[in-house]
Amino acid sequence: MASMRDIKRRRDSIQSTGQITKAMKLVSTVKLQKAKGKAESTKPYFDLMYETVSNMLAKSGNINHKYLKPGASSGKAVIVITGNRGLAGGYNTNITKLITNGGIQREDVVAYTIGSKGRDFLARKNFKIARDYSEIIEEPMYSDAKEICDDVLAAFTEGDVGEIYLAYTSFKNTVVHEPQLIKLLPVEAEAGKNGNMDTTPMNYEPEETEALNLIIPKYMCSLIYGALIESVASENGARMQAMDNATSNAEEMISDLSLKYNRARQAAITQELTEIVAGANAIE
Amino acid sequence: MKTFMLLVNTPDRVFFHEEADMVELATTEGEIGVYADHIPLTAVLVPSVLKIHQNGVVKKAAIHGGIVEILKDKVTVLAEIAEWPEEIDVNRADEARVRAERRLASRDSNTDVGRAQMALKRSMARLNTVE
Repeated sequence: MASMRDIKRRRDSIQSTGQITKAMKLVSTVKLQKAKGKAESTKPYFDLMYETVSNMLAKSGNINHKYLKPGASSGKAVIVITGNRGLAGGYNTNITKLITNGGIQREDVVAYTIGSKGRDFLARKNFKIARDYSEIIEEPMYSDAKEICDDVLAAFTEGDVGEIYLAYTSFKNTVVHEPQLIKLLPVEAEAGKNGNMDTTPMNYEPEETEALNLIIPKYMCSLIYGALIESVASENGARMQAMDNATSNAEEMISDLSLKYNRARQAAITQELTEIVAGANAIE
Repeated sequence: MKTFMLLVNTPDRVFFHEEADMVELATTEGEIGVYADHIPLTAVLVPSVLKIHQNGVVKKAAIHGGIVEILKDKVTVLAEIAEWPEEIDVNRADEARVRAERRLASRDSNTDVGRAQMALKRSMARLNTVE
């Protein structure tokens, strides 16, 4: 049995760890509230944007457009959104797993990373990283999404990559976050076939092809922005959960160790008493 | 007078969601005014002033690019940025206008003409909204 001093030392160390995880949980709770509010206020825009583009594609049928068919290159641009910091449970690894096991050949991946955790992981595994935007993840703005969008679209138009993917963590609610890998370009026509569309014929100004030229980049930007906002909310949600678990584990260990400590103390007292009594008996 | 639902959304917020009599927009093809029962139309917007007519009152807002989807009884504007006049910093917008004009006038081969023109349009949209 460990000595009283050892148990006490261990208990104190766990206690201070527990204090840290508790503080971290509080911080991420506050950040989560903020990020959640932001995610909720931006949601209508993306839903509308998605609906509009889906409607458009459903109505225009099989129109021949450069954004609707894959490019010649086998390269696949993947926008990878992770956090800059760890201690968030499986948040970062879930995303990197998507890339390594997501059915995309490693040689084809051209990564655009947001979040240093994902960047470092992919760099270690010798993935090709085209650009990194880690500094924006703390407070993503629409203009940041636009910059990323312009970069990947330029790579697509120049023929460096044939397809564009987006890996992010979708925020369902405070406890449920789902890592997702979605295809941004070419925009898939079946994306527009679900749901009940109204069948009113739509007119376009400027005419369809040109309208698609202008609208699809906006659609992509808004998807990227939405993904950034949701990822931030998910990261804080994941960290909050991880820290909550850590705190309750620490509490459990502390109560277990306290019990052991008290037992050890009692055992020591009993032994001392036995020795005294035995000593007294011997004198008589 | 027949009204329609006007919804103006930006990535950050729902900017406007009320009944309106008429709305004036500037698309890439020119300026249009939309009443209720308009033919269905999807158009791309340029930086400009959005004018909302509501019971004889005209509300102005600066819109910086986006798309508009017009249906019979509903008009949806998806804008990248939308601002009410009181949210606009006139001095900054004016400075941006002067800067963009200078860049366009300089005829330097390094100038990104397209970008300068967009900057000019944005600043003009802001200034016209405040006027």
